[in-house]
Formats: sequence, structure tokens, C-alpha cells
Amino acid sequence: MSMTREQTEALISEVLEVYPEKAKKDRKKHLAANDTSLEQSKKCITSNRKSLPGVMTIRGCAYAGSKGVVWGPIKDMIHISHGPVGCGQYSRAGRRNYYVGTTGVNSFGTMNFTSDFQEKDIVFGGDKKLTKLIEEVEQLFPLHNGISVQSECPIGLIGDDIEAVSKKSAVVINKPIIPVRCEGFRGVSQSLGHHIANDAIRDWVLDKRDGQAYESTPYDVAIIGDYNIGGDAWATRVILEEMGLRVVAQWSGDGTLAEMMNTPKVKLNLLHCYRSMNYISRHMEEKYGIPYMEYNFFGPTKIIESIRKIAAFFDDSVKEKSEAVIARYQPMMDEIVAKYKPRLQGKKVMLYVGGLRPRHVIGAYEDLGMEVIGTGYEFAHNDDYDRTIKEMGDATLLYDDVTGFELEEFVKKIKPDLVGSGIKEKYIFQKMGIPLRQMHSWDYSGPYHGYDGFAIFARDMDIALSSPVWSKLTPPWKTAPASAEEKKAA
Amino acid sequence: MANIMIRQAENGGLSFYLPKRDLEASIESIEFDTPEKWGGELKLDNGGSYYIDPIAKPPRLPISLRAKRLGAAED
Ligand code: SF4
Repeated sequence: MSMTREQTEALISEVLEVYPEKAKKDRKKHLAANDTSLEQSKKCITSNRKSLPGVMTIRGCAYAGSKGVVWGPIKDMIHISHGPVGCGQYSRAGRRNYYVGTTGVNSFGTMNFTSDFQEKDIVFGGDKKLTKLIEEVEQLFPLHNGISVQSECPIGLIGDDIEAVSKKSAVVINKPIIPVRCEGFRGVSQSLGHHIANDAIRDWVLDKRDGQAYESTPYDVAIIGDYNIGGDAWATRVILEEMGLRVVAQWSGDGTLAEMMNTPKVKLNLLHCYRSMNYISRHMEEKYGIPYMEYNFFGPTKIIESIRKIAAFFDDSVKEKSEAVIARYQPMMDEIVAKYKPRLQGKKVMLYVGGLRPRHVIGAYEDLGMEVIGTGYEFAHNDDYDRTIKEMGDATLLYDDVTGFELEEFVKKIKPDLVGSGIKEKYIFQKMGIPLRQMHSWDYSGPYHGYDGFAIFARDMDIALSSPVWSKLTPPWKTAPASAEEKKAA
Repeated sequence: MANIMIRQAENGGLSFYLPKRDLEASIESIEFDTPEKWGGELKLDNGGSYYIDPIAKPPRLPISLRAKRLGAAED
């Protein structure tokens, strides 16, 4: 059912009813009925504000944004979770950033390195421990290419000087060591962690190969902000290479330190996740004159749009190849749409994810004839909503940093056919009888990005929706008593 | 005084970015816009306004500058 503006607004006030006055006032600003006529989202929705104490938010911390998102996937570096063991251990390998390499030998993506703070480290400081840890790392894993020190909350609280340790130890082991001040308490969400991580890359990594000889081609590009969840960046790379471009660096899924240092030599930065890596792209645009553009390879419509937009930066040979790529994949896409659209047509979806997906995947759903009737971000800023307004239908529901309670109520009232969110939501909604696909980790599937990804995306959505389990929600003793009696009689 | 960045927006206008607060806005008007003198008061679409010392028009955008806040956005 499509809702009118009045209905959506009534729904929002109904859900907000249970809150105390002050909380209601605050949360009201984060919920809105979409108004496609607006240019600026701030007229209808507020974002990037501190979460309300007492409600259940699913945001992460700055450390999660830096270690978990930006730095963690750089596979040939060792990322030390500096502080107590839990922050790193409970988030270890959860993001499914795929990479090639031998874990523990030359790649370290899924491993957890931590200084495991104890009481005495808090009391006497952890600098000595960090120095020792770096020595040990060097001895045990000599093939690593660098270390990043990711601060957890206590580091900032006790005032350890990780910069000094990093500088000193870097000389000893003769490899870059990058201190990152991403203590979890900074900022309102993981978003500030992204920013801090970007700044650390800018200050400690990016310019390290400036002035060195480099064999470049006019077709060099970098993939920025793709964390290779389930192989997304690889699916992207295939398309770009077929277009005749040379992908010099992948930031940071399946990426390396050397790739990052070479990025200032590229001709164009292709930005996948705007929220987490626009900072470094801006910096490169100013310092090196490298333009950046946000692209979207979810679903054939958006892929074609983005391919043409990328090709416009290059000469005719790229444009020709791009058209050839589009033509070559079109039959494959038509086949997928022909197979799944009849099964999925008209189904309604609600999304609640982070980064870029609440707006980028809308096109892919629409290609399958589905409709996104509600969307929201965990940690977006106003400019993200500016872009979202135009992707969504009028009067659809927008929710920022939605609380557990609100999302549950919205889903109960709107009754979408499918919810796309995370693991914390998955079983709540599935027990309510609504299929859910995890849109953070692609539900252990993927890639969903690129032409190859769309085939998997379509299949997965169909699997989720058409599973026979949804018809078994009512137990047999509650269904049609008449038929049961008939059986007895027979 | 705050560091800001001005860049060419996709729609041809200018966009304003305040890294400290991660604030993005488009610039609605710029007081001086000639090759010799560029800058002055910037009016933003979010209601805020900033002042940058007039300089010769930069040959290339984006450019990072120091700006003074004249009026805050109304958020
Ligand atoms: S908020 Fe602090 S203690 Fe919690 S996970 Fe983040 S860094 Fe660790």
C-alpha cells in the first residue's frame, strides 16, 4: 500500500506517542515523510546528531569507523586495536571484506591484533606495551608492510602518546607506523571515525611517494570507498577494466598500502561510499587536481548511467568500449529481469542501513519491479539525505538513526514484504513473519554490486521472499479447523 | 576563523564545505566575483553566511581558505 503524506505523518506521530515530551520533540526531527519537491533535506529531516540516551540505537563508535571500516580492510598492514581486547575481538572479521593473500603471512585482514589493556596499563600508561607489541609483530609477521595504531577509548582518557611511540618504532622497524586518534567516544557515530581515519591517511600515507617516478597511463583510476563486502569491489573492477580503464588502487577493500600511496597519480577517483571517503577525495581534488565522482553500480539502470558518466571523463576509445560493455551485458540483464520481475513485481521494501546503501540499492530494487517505501541511515549527514530525497517516492518514510522501537513499530504498521537491514534486526522481523535480508554483509552472500552482482541480488531477494517457510507461520492447529474435522471424519 | 573549502559544484555553482563540522552547503551568492577581486561575503543556502578576504580569482578550485562566520545557519 502506498501511503499519502497525511497517512505517513499520522504514522510518525502515532509511533512517537509513547515517548516523554522532550524525547518526542527530539525524535520528531529525525523522522519525516519524503517531499521530492525539496532541494534541501534539512527542511524535513535532521541528521548527524547525538543519539538520545535511553533509546536503542544501532550506531557504532569512532573506532568502529576507523578500524572496522576504513583501515581494517587494508590487507598488508597490521592494525593494532590499542586498548582493551573486546573492541577488536567482538568485531573481528565481521564485515566480510574479501581479499586475496595468505592470512597470517602477507595478509592480515581477518586477524585481530590488540594490546589487551589491563588495569596496570590504565594506571601506568600503555606506551611501553605498545612499543613491545610492535617489536613482537615485526618478529612474528615480518612480511607486513606497515602498522596502524587504532586507539580505543582508554587511550584518549589516560593521555598516552601513541604518536611518539609510532615515530620511534617506525625508525626501528623501518616501516610506516600510523597512529590514529579514533577513540570511540569522539563524535556522535562512526562517521567521525571515518573522517579521522581519512585525515590520518592524508597526513601519514598519501604523499609518501610524491615525486617518485611512476609509469602512468591516461586511463588510471582508483576505486575509493569500496570495502569489497562479499567481493563488490572485484565486480566493479571487472566493469572498469572492460571499459579500458586501469584500476590503480582499491580503497580499501582488498587494498594495500602501496596502492594508497600511488593514488595521487590517477586521473579520476571513483567514489563508492561518499560518506566514509569524501574527505580524502576532496583533499586529492585540491592538492593533486584529481576530480572525483560518486558512482552507483547497483542494478542495470544505475550501472548504465554510471558507466556513461565515468566514460565522459575519458576519450572516445573508452566511450566506445563502454557502449560495448553495456551492449554485451544487456541480454544477461534482460534475462534476469525477465526471470525475477514477475515473481517480485510490486513487492514493498523497507531499508535501514548505513553509508550509501539506503539510496544506492533503490535502483536495483526498482529494476526488479519492487518499490522502496521507507529508508534511513544510521550515521548520514544532511548531504546524504539531499541525495536520497530525489531517489525516493513522494511521501515515503525517511528515518534517521531510527531506534529499535520505532523501526519495529513502522514495520508492524506498514507491513512491507521485505526489510533490508542488519543482523540485529533480522530475527526480530523474521519472527514477525517478514523476510529480511542483511544489507550490511549481504547476508553472507554477494557481491551485489556490478553486473555479476545483480544476478546474485535478484536471486537472493527471490529466495528471501519466496521461501515456503512464510506460509507456515500459523501453526496447523490454528489453521482452518474445518479441514481438520474433515480429516477426522475421513 | 575557520578553515573552509570552496569547490565547483556539479550544477555549475559553488559549494561550501566546513571540515570541522562536516558541513556541506551550496553558495548562493558571493560578494565579489571578478578576475581581480574574488571573495567577500558568502551567503549559503542553509541560511548561514561567511566572510573571506577578497583575493584574485583562484585559477583552480577547490581551494581551502580561512573564513569568518558572519551568521550561523538556523539549525
Ligand atoms: S566505544 Fe570505545 S570501548 Fe566501545 S567499542 Fe568503541 S573504542 Fe571500544
